[in-house]
Order: sequence, then structure tokens, then C-alpha cells
Amino acid sequence: MSQVGSPTIPRPHFDAVPLLLFPIIMLLLWPLVSPSTWLTLTVAGLAMGMILFLVTSGLTLVFGLMDVLNFGHGVFISLGAYAGYVAMRPLSAWVASPTLGLNLAVVGIGVLAGMVVAGIAGFLFERIIIRPAYGSHLKQMLVTMGGLIVVQEIIRGVWGGEATAVGMPERLRGAFLVGDVAIEKYRIFAMIAGTLILAAMLWTFNRTKIGILIRAGVQNREMVQSLGYRVDRLFVGVFTAGSMLAGIGGVMWALYQQSVRPEMGGDLTVLIFTVIIIGGLGSTFGCFIAALLVGLTTNYTGFISPTFGPFSNLVLLVAILFWRPGGIYPVANR
Amino acid sequence: MLSRILSHDLPRSRTLAALLITIVVGLLLTPFIFPGAQALAVAAKILVFIILVASYDLLLGYTGIASFAHTMFFGVGAYGVAIACTRIGASWSAIVIGTLIALSLSLVLSTVMGIVSLRVRAMFYAMITLAMSSAFQTLAGKLYSFTGGGDGLNFSLPNALSAGFRLAKEPFLGVTLNGRIVTYYLIFFSSALLFLALLRIVNSKFGRVLQAIRENDFRAEAIGFRPVVYRTASNVLAALFATLAGALFAIWLHYSGPETTLSFEIMVDILLMLVIGGMGTMYGAILGVTLFLAAENYLHNLMLFAAEGLSDLPFLAALFSPDRWLLWLGVLFILSVYFFPNGIVGRLRGT
Repeated sequence: MSQVGSPTIPRPHFDAVPLLLFPIIMLLLWPLVSPSTWLTLTVAGLAMGMILFLVTSGLTLVFGLMDVLNFGHGVFISLGAYAGYVAMRPLSAWVASPTLGLNLAVVGIGVLAGMVVAGIAGFLFERIIIRPAYGSHLKQMLVTMGGLIVVQEIIRGVWGGEATAVGMPERLRGAFLVGDVAIEKYRIFAMIAGTLILAAMLWTFNRTKIGILIRAGVQNREMVQSLGYRVDRLFVGVFTAGSMLAGIGGVMWALYQQSVRPEMGGDLTVLIFTVIIIGGLGSTFGCFIAALLVGLTTNYTGFISPTFGPFSNLVLLVAILFWRPGGIYPVANR
Repeated sequence: MLSRILSHDLPRSRTLAALLITIVVGLLLTPFIFPGAQALAVAAKILVFIILVASYDLLLGYTGIASFAHTMFFGVGAYGVAIACTRIGASWSAIVIGTLIALSLSLVLSTVMGIVSLRVRAMFYAMITLAMSSAFQTLAGKLYSFTGGGDGLNFSLPNALSAGFRLAKEPFLGVTLNGRIVTYYLIFFSSALLFLALLRIVNSKFGRVLQAIRENDFRAEAIGFRPVVYRTASNVLAALFATLAGALFAIWLHYSGPETTLSFEIMVDILLMLVIGGMGTMYGAILGVTLFLAAENYLHNLMLFAAEGLSDLPFLAALFSPDRWLLWLGVLFILSVYFFPNGIVGRLRGT
């Protein structure tokens, strides 16, 4: 910011310090468990982190772009998961088929259904519930929480309150055995799918005009507006896209857990917030790093101490806020 | 005299005053005018929740801090009494010791939370407290030997508070004066005292500073009040009052469990009650709690009726089934945030 007068545009400086958190956290676990357990937990943590990233990336942008605090983001996860479940249920022959192509096709259909339904729901949610509450965080918090309750209750009314099993496609079941280490196939699949989506997002943000507008809007909304762009329209788009991502994440999460529940999205709210605060509100890359970190700590501590595991993310959050009060990659101007 | 008791913060509306008098008199005379254990249980819950919601009003309505850890302190109070009475035995000293330990734990927790996280932005605080209370709830559910896990703790209380106790041999106005009635009046007068204390706090100079910080913390700081100090103090006070409410609730129920004190549903209920009643008014807590807890029963019956009427249309019937009452409450909540941002009290006062 201070180099406005300099003749050359400075290259953006990449801050690699937060990446050191990975080896630190991974090495902390090393002496406590056997190497094969360590590897299994690490893969599980990274896979969970990838899904968490899908689920949270939209929310962090929504916050960054319009300063909107959405406590109801979990509804898109649940809605997406149920839509995926409904779309995949009639295709049980494909789910049970030993052909990898059909298995992937059925997951693709489920993901697509989740994406579309969550996208529509996100658009409506923004129009009906959030739009009238612009500018007031307290109102946003209250109405989005109300929205969460309402949608969750509608899901309960339509599909019942109990957990319903979701069949895992045949070829994604089970685990690869590498030596004596078992690595579940679905986790590998989740990591690949997450990486592809991350790549698509990064491409959008770095190579397309709309992506650059979004990034600029996160940094300084007024300036983008004064250049003649309709940030509010951009925001509706980002909100819808973020809901779609949450819907995709919901389907992936449902397969990961092999069940759907009306509260599954609401229950993730705490993890989601932990991720976006650690990442720095509004930062996509920070959100990615934070999601992986939270995924790892959740899996590690859940294994070492199920009782105190839930506190581990809180400890991580507080420690990081002491280190960097705005999150690991704070967005300028925020 | 009355004005001094109410800290010169009068209802300022005839309808509001009439409603408040009706509720207070109704609660005072519940054992004599509404027979049955059910009515007494609802009335006792109303009394406890009035303190819980009013203390949350101090935090959200007066100071503008959105916290989701209020149920955590409520739970600390309830578990404090429950654990002390289980370990020490049914005595008055166990109740006092349990309450004191709970209060000190809440004091420490809320001070640390305030100092650590009230520096960050308001919404960070909301999210951090959400994470904290959910972790706390999980912990209470898992420390089985200490908290009884998901089943909670059943415990017995001193003789004077148990159902078998008789205050007088003869029934008074047709009601047997047993230990439940004694407990009810213990809760009634404790709640009344705590509510008046809260009213005093928000109308003191300290309370005015809190409101100034809520309106504009930058200006409040400019005239010499440090927002962090005042926010932390408000956080601590609200936590202590919630702890006392929790202790009272445990005394009434002879029980403490994660579902009755710690669950996120209770946090949502508190928010609903406060917003419907009116934030930043204290009296809103009384109206909101009474209305909500009455509706919890009344709405149930109404919806049962509607669901039967709509039994030809399965989809609508499913939406109107009594299990879905939270759905309609959620809708009501959203509508009241938009159309009655000042709640019932604000509406009655014409603000």
C-alpha cells in the first residue's frame, strides 16, 4: 500500500510462515502413535479438511465481500446432502455396480443435485432473509439463525428427523493397503475432488475478470463500486456460488459419514466458524490452510483423547488469534 | 417507594404495567390459583428463565455483545449445585458450597473469555463463544463419572425442599404447604431479588456507560471509558447471574443434565424470548419468557388441532404437526426481528 508512488508494481509477497503449522502439528502427534496410525489419521484429517474447505470457502467470501455474517450456512450443507441422497437413491444399481465409471457417475449426479438445490436455496435465502438485514450484524446473526431453524425443521418435516443411511459406491468402499497402513479409498477420492475444485477456484480468482472483481471487492468494496461495478449483484452471485460449494461439500460429507441427518449442517457451524476465523475472514487461501489444519487437529485429538478433543480446535483458534489477531492470512483493510 | 425499588425505570406504558402486574401477581399466587404440578413447574421455569434472559439482556441488549456461551454459565450453576449435592450429600451447606464454586468458576471463565476475546471484533466473539459452549457441552456429556454424562445427575435436597416436607399440618387456602411450595417461593423471591438487582445495574452510571459503548464505542472511549474493561465487567456480571439462575433451576428440578441446561436449543430459546420480548428493556425478559413458555404448551395444542384438520394433505399436515412447532417459532422469530425490532415492550412503549 505504501508503494503507490514507486514505478514498478511490487510482486505480491507470499507469506509462508503459516505453512510451518503443518509440520508442527504433524510432528506433535508423531511420538504419540505408531507410524501407520499416524499416516491413517493424517490422510483422514486432510480428506476432512478438503471437505471442510469446500463447505467454508463460500462463507468466507460472503463475509469478505459484503460484511454479512451468516449463521445459517449449515442449511446449504444439509440441503445439498439431502438432495444428493434423493438423486442417488433411485440409482442404487449404479451404486452397487463394480464399474468405476458408473460409481463416479452416480457420485457426480449426487453432487450436481446437491449443487443445484443448494444454489437455489442460497439465492432465495439471500433475497428473503439476508437482504433486509444489510448493515446490521446483530440482525444478520439473528435472522440467519432463525433461517437455520426454519430450514432444518422443514427438512425434518419432509424427510423425518432420524439419520438415514447413504450407500457408498462399490469401488469407493474399503481401503488401499500400503504395507500395514490402511488408507480409505473414499478419502483419496475426497482429496482429489477437493484439489480439483480448489484449482478451479484459484483459476477463477486469478485468471478471470469476475474473480479479480471479487478479490478487489473483498479488499475495498467502495472503490470497486466507485469504478462502476455493481458489487451487490456480484454478491448475490458469490452467495449463490458459495451455497453451491456448500451443497457439494454436503454431498461429500454425507458420503464420508455414510448418512444424512437434518442437523448435519447445523452441527458443522462451529467447525466452519473456527476455520474461517483461523483463515482470516475473506481469504480463500487462508480458508484452505485453516480447513486442513482444523481437519488434522480434529482427527488427531479425536483419536488421542475423545473427551478433550472438542477443545483442541478452540485452543488452536485462540493460539492463532494471539499470534495473528486477524487470522493467519488477514485480508487487508479488514 | 415503588419507583425506588424499580430503580426509577418504570414501565412507561399503561398496558405494559398492567401486563407486568398480571404476570407478577400470577406467578406469586400460582400455587393457589393454578392447581396441579404442571402449572407449578411451568411457573418455576418462567421464574428461572426470567433471570437467565434478563442477564442475557444485560449482555446483548445493553452492551451489544452477542455471546453464545450464556447457556454454558447456566450449566455451570446447575452442575455446581448438582455435583456438590451428590458428593457432599443433601444439605444446605452443599447448595451454598456448590453455588459458590460455580460462581467462582464462572467468574474465572468469563473474565478470561472477556480479556482474551473481547478485544477482537464483535462477530469473532460470537463465533468463539459458540465454539466454546459447544466444546463445554461435549465435555459435560463425556466426563461421565463427574457429571453423569448424557443422563445427567439426579440428586436429593435438604428435607425442607423435598416433596415430603410439610410446613403446616393444615392445608392453607386448600393447598398443602409441602416442600415443593417452599422451593417455589424460594425461587420466586430469589428471582425477584435478582431481577431488581439487574434493573439496578442497568440504570446505574455503569449501565449508562454500557449503553454508550453499545451505541458508539469509539466515542465512549474518547470521553474516557475503556470499552474492554466495561465489556468484560458486563460479561462477568451476566455470567454470574446466569450461574445463579442455573443453580435455582437445579434446585427446582433436583436434576442437572446437558439437555436441560447446556444444549444449543436453550441458547436459541433465550434469543427468541429476548427478541420477542424486547432487547435492552429488562421488562422484555419477563414478557418474552412468559409468552414463550406459555406458547410452548399452547402452540402445541393449536398445531395438533391444525394437523388433524389438514390430515387430507399429508405435506401440510407434516408441516403443522406438533413436532414442528419450532418451525413456526423460527418464522415468528424472523418476522419479529424485521417488523418488531424492539419487541413487545418497544411496541407498547411506542418507540
